[in-house]
Amino acid sequence: MEAVIAISIGILAASGVWLILRPRTFQVVIGLSLLSYAVNLFIFSMGRLRSNAAAVVDGSGDISAYADPVPQSLVLTAIVIGFAMTALFLVVLLAARGLTGTDHVDGRER
Amino acid sequence: MDHLAVLPVVLPLFAGAALTLIDDRHHKTKLGISIAATLLLVVVSLLLLAEATQGPTRISTYQLGNWPVPYGIVLVVDPLSAMMVALTSALALGAIIFSAARWHLAGQHFNSLFQLLLMGLNGAFLTGDLFNLFVFFEVLLAASYGLALHGQGTSRVKASLHYVAINLASSSLFLIGATAIYGVAGTLNMADLAMRIPLLSASDHTLLQTGAAILGVAFLVKAGMWPLGMWLPTTYAAAAPPVAAMFAILSKLGVYVVLRLTSLLFGEGAGPSAQFGDAVLQYGGLATIAFGTIGVLASQGIARIACFSVIVSSGTMLAMVGYDDAGVTAGALYYLVSSTLGLACLFLLVELMERGRSMGDDVLAVTLEAYGDDEEPEHMQEAGAATPGTFAALGIAFVCCAILIAGMPPLSGFLGKFAMIGAMLDLGGASGTVPVEVWVTIGILIASGLAATIALMRSGINTFWVSLEGVIPAVRAVEIAPILMFLTLGLLLTVYAQPVMSFMETAAQSLYTQGEYANAVFGVAGGERP
Repeated sequence: MEAVIAISIGILAASGVWLILRPRTFQVVIGLSLLSYAVNLFIFSMGRLRSNAAAVVDGSGDISAYADPVPQSLVLTAIVIGFAMTALFLVVLLAARGLTGTDHVDGRER
Repeated sequence: MDHLAVLPVVLPLFAGAALTLIDDRHHKTKLGISIAATLLLVVVSLLLLAEATQGPTRISTYQLGNWPVPYGIVLVVDPLSAMMVALTSALALGAIIFSAARWHLAGQHFNSLFQLLLMGLNGAFLTGDLFNLFVFFEVLLAASYGLALHGQGTSRVKASLHYVAINLASSSLFLIGATAIYGVAGTLNMADLAMRIPLLSASDHTLLQTGAAILGVAFLVKAGMWPLGMWLPTTYAAAAPPVAAMFAILSKLGVYVVLRLTSLLFGEGAGPSAQFGDAVLQYGGLATIAFGTIGVLASQGIARIACFSVIVSSGTMLAMVGYDDAGVTAGALYYLVSSTLGLACLFLLVELMERGRSMGDDVLAVTLEAYGDDEEPEHMQEAGAATPGTFAALGIAFVCCAILIAGMPPLSGFLGKFAMIGAMLDLGGASGTVPVEVWVTIGILIASGLAATIALMRSGINTFWVSLEGVIPAVRAVEIAPILMFLTLGLLLTVYAQPVMSFMETAAQSLYTQGEYANAVFGVAGGERP
């Protein structure tokens, strides 16, 4: 499981970074989204990967049977914030497209 | 402790939220509420400052929702954070009064965004939790995106596109760094981290340092360290003047967090991680000053000079933080307050000055000098005409501002540099041998001041000592008032240098006293004022 998660984080992050460095604004948005997926998986994995373990303690059994709840709440916050920021970036993207007439990140073709 | 510590966060939050409910047609009401909230914030921050100066302990804490410490979020008021909150509220008061002239009408929700920016800033200064810091960072960034776009226009949108993209990427780095540290240490509470780092095994320190380095990059992007600060001049120059004045403290927030975390987490007790990152900060800071200095000299307009001065100021702070020494940090904190006031003042002044210039004058001080500054003989006989009052006032304010930023005597910028250089020369200890890098740093510091003097003087001459052709800028009293307020604060810093400096020394000592922060947060006895 660790290898699969690590490889997927790596692929997502690498694709994200490559797309961020592209000249078109839409590619940058997608790149930032992919990067935030990679980051979210990374946050998740920092609580150590467990399967079949609940995060919410219901008061019974020993504590080691549970997954670490902190990264899960962190990832929830990060997803919400990342989503909002991507939406905001889309607005700026559309404004830039409308004002400059091009979707190049610098507002002009080279 | 009472609920005073949470007010700098809650007050702007409620003010900002309430302002969204009022329609833009009632812009006078909105402005009134915004100014009232900012005034209240100034009062609250002064009370906090008094608490940090005279209270029974240097550091006091506030547990949100009364959750016990390592589990809940804690706000920490120490002299440094109280000072930063006070500085923020002073800048905010000036900026909001300046915007009353016309800028608050230039777009929607200016006042709400402004208050939310204050909430994010104050929260980031006060919080004692790494993830909560991220949340406050995002709050202030979201507000700053809106404010950077305030007033619209192609240049603002283009600059904001870069600004938003870079900050979204650096937020990702923030998350990676913070959670990597959590993965190693198992906590996000800064005081808890400081206590757990010495207990980590040697192999864990590698991952901890990786996390801290990634986290550091996120803050250094904010602070504008070379080569991470390329976005800064364009964004700040494109922003509306009151917004740019607030942005002057945004870059100091990056420096503040770096100072807080390096002093707290990587002090002497941190084992293999002790002094981690100091060399990067020192040399990176020097490179930043050098880059900013070149930028200042090469800049065409005053706005861009101001932007590169922000970079110089950040670089100076970072280089000083890298020395990890209470004396140097005390001088640097004094310099921080004085230079932030000077820069905010300059951002406001730029607009008033450029209002008076005709389009042709905007060309390029540098080009003018390179190709010869042709005096126009037909205007010469007008020399001796009385300079209009507003122009004279602006000119005097500009000179004071330039002296403050360049660090020339007699104003506080000089005292700050003097304190830093004095403390650096003491680093050699009793032997009196001063390390070479200290001499290099002192040389670069002085050279950056000289460059700022040259660049600002050149722009000043091209603005104020040109023949006037009936374009006297119409300046309203509410626009001059904040400028005078910032300059008066700079003057007060100079006049009361001794008590201010001893406060800065207290703040710096409190940062570098091992265990004081953690003991205060965990409520362990022994945190009393020495």
